[in-house]
Amino acid sequence: MDFGPHLMLATLEGTVIASILVLTAMGLSIVFGVMRVVNVAHGEFFMLGAVLAWYVSKMLGGHPAIGFAAALVIAPLVVGLIAAVSDQLILKRINYDPDRTIVGTIGILFIIQQTTLMTFGPEARPVEAPFNQRLALPWFEFSEGGLQMIWPWGLSITSYKLFVIFAALTVLLALWLFLTRTKIGLIMRATQQDSETAKAFGVPVGTVYSCVFGLGAALAALGAVLVVPIQQAHYLMGADPLLMAFTVVIIGGLGSLPGTVIAAFLIGMSDGIISVFFSPTLAQIIATFLVAMILVFRPQGLMGKAET
Amino acid sequence: MTVAGKINTLHFGILLFLLACFFILPAYHVGALSRIMVLAIYAIGLNILFGYTGLLSLGHAMFFAAGMYGLGLSIKFLGVSVIPAFGIGILSAAVLSVLVGLLALRTVGVSFMIVTLMFAQTIYLVVLYFGEYTRGDEGFVLQQAERMLLNFDVTTEAGRYFVAFGAFSICLISFAALVQSSFGKRLVAIRENEERARMLGYDVWRYKLLAVIISGTVSGVAGALYALLFGYVGATFASVQYSILPLLWVLLGGAGKTIGPLIGVAFMFYLIDASSAYTSAYMLIAGLALVILTMFAPRGIAGILQAKVWPWLP
Repeated sequence: MDFGPHLMLATLEGTVIASILVLTAMGLSIVFGVMRVVNVAHGEFFMLGAVLAWYVSKMLGGHPAIGFAAALVIAPLVVGLIAAVSDQLILKRINYDPDRTIVGTIGILFIIQQTTLMTFGPEARPVEAPFNQRLALPWFEFSEGGLQMIWPWGLSITSYKLFVIFAALTVLLALWLFLTRTKIGLIMRATQQDSETAKAFGVPVGTVYSCVFGLGAALAALGAVLVVPIQQAHYLMGADPLLMAFTVVIIGGLGSLPGTVIAAFLIGMSDGIISVFFSPTLAQIIATFLVAMILVFRPQGLMGKAET
Repeated sequence: MTVAGKINTLHFGILLFLLACFFILPAYHVGALSRIMVLAIYAIGLNILFGYTGLLSLGHAMFFAAGMYGLGLSIKFLGVSVIPAFGIGILSAAVLSVLVGLLALRTVGVSFMIVTLMFAQTIYLVVLYFGEYTRGDEGFVLQQAERMLLNFDVTTEAGRYFVAFGAFSICLISFAALVQSSFGKRLVAIRENEERARMLGYDVWRYKLLAVIISGTVSGVAGALYALLFGYVGATFASVQYSILPLLWVLLGGAGKTIGPLIGVAFMFYLIDASSAYTSAYMLIAGLALVILTMFAPRGIAGILQAKVWPWLP
């Protein structure tokens, strides 16, 4: 393949990665924005979503689309519920103290991960995509006969991957409408701005925190259900999304939702493009190091306000 | 007895007890204790930074790995003997901690944790990337002949125990002296109230940098010792898990307490040892321990001891 079609393929793959990433990172960003805590167990909620998707599709059987559609609803709900309960049981009792929350969520991380290892087992298990046609893509090239449309071999995308991009955009839109147009969204934003004043106005801040924590985890689980037909479910799969989501939230500016979206696309795309052209490990080394350097030299992120 | 006298008695008592353990305990526990002492040095390294200076690093495995690979690779590829290799290991950790300190200390709070986490991840990936030399996850073994400390064989049970004991004694005593010194008190002042320390005229940034360097170097000593005494060098020791474990040990034993690291490592070691008889998912115990600790005993076992028995505990 020539450079042009190759780059287009890399960009498409990058968009798919970015679509999953934006959902996971949004979950982390909302939790940080409203509750001011760093949820290290976020990657495990992602993993739990993928594992539940496998269980649901296994139990329902029949056409893969039935299981997938059911998983799309059930997995985020269950994961959100688990997160809300762990918030009530653990985080609420340590008063959301930043350091202790990190330690507590590291604990939750190991509990979820190891419980999955004991029940789901160490194997990677696939979930079948509901539909998976291969769509060839055209490429335009100038030659002696003017502009020509060619169909380079290997330049294609599956219909499922297109669906992932579309689904992520829909969820983002729905989330935006939810936060800006509904009463619950208003309450969440009020809590984010000033939890003390919100409490004085009768907002049940404790309940809002649990809901936000659940919502954040549910978004991660939703991303995982979408990714599991592309990447298999495995009990250690949470580590990469966690690191990537962290990166995105930091680059976007802690707590800034538009920043998160922009950063997710930047990082997802560059990850897709770099890993097509370079060795994946080298790409990861460069990406991780660059993000650390951005944090060092521009700690407020791209869209965040500078701390005084 | 004065407070200083009590503290010295406690530390020397612990060392005497560890010495006695070699003659009393069966071989299995002697082996376990030499491992515990080396890992306790690692935990002491983190405790200086986290417990005393209040900086939470989630990437200390990079310093441990720097010491480990500094020693292991120089023995394997440069063919140097143990003592210079040990020096190279410590030097690698020291250089790395200067670099990481200079960069990471530009950030504070949550960003500091994540920057250290990412630097450590970078180092881990670099180790995997150069798998041709490091053998990646699989790691490599140092042969007995390569591990002679002058004419002293560290591969025997006794050799291993006494080298670990000697190193641990030096670390514990100098750590206790450091904490009691005015330097240590300044670190605590920074932990308690950075703004006030700065207002009182202390160069906060310089003290934090020194804390990172000391902490990283001590962790590197532990890494080099681990490779020397147990003869194995592998990428697992550079992974996130080995950054989380020392945090767990320090928290469990008691952050900001001199005896915290040893208690934490020993407690966790035997807890995992007991539970691994029942399940392969032994990290579940670590997770439960972290949650329970942070909820009910945020100051660790030494913290409880201080509150209930020894109010003078340093």
